Amino acid sequence: MIGETLSIENLSVATLVGSEPRMLVDGLSLTIRRGRISALVGASGSGKSMTCSAALGVLPPGVNLASGRVTVDGMAREAATLRGRHVATIMQNPRSAFNPVRTMRDHAVETLKALGRFGSDAADRIEVSMVAVGLDDVKHVLGLHAFEMSGGMLQRMMIALALLSEAPFLFADEPTTDLDLVVQLRVLELLDRLVEERNLGVLLVTHDMGVVARLADEVAVLDQGRVVEQAPVMDIFQAPRHHVTRMLVRAHLSLYGMELEA
Amino acid sequence: MSLISAVDIGKTYQTHSLLGRGIRKQVLENISFAIKEGETVALLGRSGCGKSTLARLLVGLEQPSSGKVLYRGRSINALRRRETQGFRRNVQLVFQDSPGAVNGRFTVRAIICEPLRHLTALDQTGREARVREVLEMAELPANIADMLPSQVSGGQLQRVCLARALAVNPKLVILDEALSNLDTHLQASALALLAKLQRDNGTAYLFVTHDLRLARRFASRCLVMDEGRIVEELPTAALEDMRHPASRLLRDAVLPPMPAVRQLRGRASLPLE
Ligand SMILES: Nc1ncnc2c1ncn2[C@@H]1O[C@H](COP(=O)(O)OP(=O)(O)OP(=O)(O)O)[C@@H](O)[C@H]1O
Ligand SMILES: Nc1ncnc2c1ncn2[C@@H]1O[C@H](COP(=O)(O)OP(=O)(O)OP(=O)(O)O)[C@@H](O)[C@H]1O
Ligand SMILES: [Mg+2]
Ligand SMILES: [Mg+2]
Repeated sequence: MIGETLSIENLSVATLVGSEPRMLVDGLSLTIRRGRISALVGASGSGKSMTCSAALGVLPPGVNLASGRVTVDGMAREAATLRGRHVATIMQNPRSAFNPVRTMRDHAVETLKALGRFGSDAADRIEVSMVAVGLDDVKHVLGLHAFEMSGGMLQRMMIALALLSEAPFLFADEPTTDLDLVVQLRVLELLDRLVEERNLGVLLVTHDMGVVARLADEVAVLDQGRVVEQAPVMDIFQAPRHHVTRMLVRAHLSLYGMELEA
Repeated sequence: MSLISAVDIGKTYQTHSLLGRGIRKQVLENISFAIKEGETVALLGRSGCGKSTLARLLVGLEQPSSGKVLYRGRSINALRRRETQGFRRNVQLVFQDSPGAVNGRFTVRAIICEPLRHLTALDQTGREARVREVLEMAELPANIADMLPSQVSGGQLQRVCLARALAVNPKLVILDEALSNLDTHLQASALALLAKLQRDNGTAYLFVTHDLRLARRFASRCLVMDEGRIVEELPTAALEDMRHPASRLLRDAVLPPMPAVRQLRGRASLPLE
């Protein structure tokens, strides 16, 4: 059964600083719907990546889950069954996500195998995903190692690998930071199209309010591990309430020589 | 005299096909430009056009296949030992890929101390003080010094790398997408910091980016690269007059400031919760 909504409920993540516990994510709740894009924004270090890692059960050592669960259509799901099955992921920093001695072909095959989807149509599926992200020279790229590729190519390869899973939800952590604007626009259009065509539900982590403006339906603003504002995208830009939201929107508009009204 | 200049640089890479035959790939061709002291130049270009490769050549991490890099008018391959030391200190590169640019087993303190140890005369106490100073400059909390790269966020690690480069008081900092993981607010304060260092110490910057918005804000001159060549050079104030198709493509891809009143997706009318 394929879920319609995915909810992160009361998520808290803690770590020890010296002997003092510190909350990195604090009682966070968030709902993602299929066919919609929810943006998670907030200052650097506010807990965006940690939220994704915690929801998917891939927290780094020294950090632990203090509370929370993830449900799909109201049913609690173990992190291990979420990953790949319900949720595909694109993580921050593509280069470190690839094994330096493996080719892109190895990575694609491994991804399909891990999902139990490696079959006679593997080559076709890989090609479809790669063309979808604009890596048109499929044969050539599959033979490359990470060090032989530019940052932008790697990012697109990572998205292609995520698409292979055909999961209904996608967590994308800064999916376009290393892309040039032209490819970025193409990838954003691609995500937009996937949301339409595959009815994908996306959690989009980004620090670029331009990306939010282009793509998001809803926005949650994170500050020190807490959601401080949650609203439809228009409201965020036109009537931001929390001071953190206002600061983000103001800084963004100033890039265009614009000011926040009122 | 120019601080650093590229003289007709070319670079080819050899990639290996399945049959073991080498395929030569020309990544840079006829690259020439110069950066003066205290200047800020933006290097704009699409993904894969060769920006990071050029950055590595400029700091001597890799050798060009043809042409040369001059530091204060002298080829960087012909510098004497003392001069090499000065070059290494004065020209710093902040890498695009911060996790790959640091030793994962070193604490943030050790990471920033390393160039201080090799390139300055500071003793241990002096180095520690400098680490505190640059962390503060980069708006990082002091307690981050004891953390490992895996324990800090993407944007924090990027600022650690910036702090490491600035720690030795370089004359030129090459920033390879070095602010890309920062939110706009932090980007703005990082740019303000760099501008202040420029005013105080005459630091020059080569600002590698594909974001025209940032180039416009920060640099006085822009070089546009496409497929390994510099195809256009113009003052930032004249960015609107960009002619080359590659430049225009970059300009037209700038994201909108505000969401469009677009047709809302499928179930947009549903309430949020
Ligand atoms: N392994 C770890 N152990 C302890 N603290 C950590 C660890 N990893 C990250 N942190 C801390 O958790 C906080 C949240 O980090 P997170 O990576 O979620 O930030 P972020 O919002 O994604 O920021 P950015 O925009 O810079 O990527 C930061 O203050 C960071 O220093
Ligand atoms: N060591 C290498 N061996 C073979 N090819 C390489 C090597 N390093 C880079 N390349 C190729 O050189 C070209 C330029 O890469 P480079 O990383 O310089 O691009 P870039 O402009 O920095 O791109 P991005 O904006 O995506 O970071 C790419 O086609 C890349 O595949
Ligand atoms: Mg992050
Ligand atoms: Mg690069």
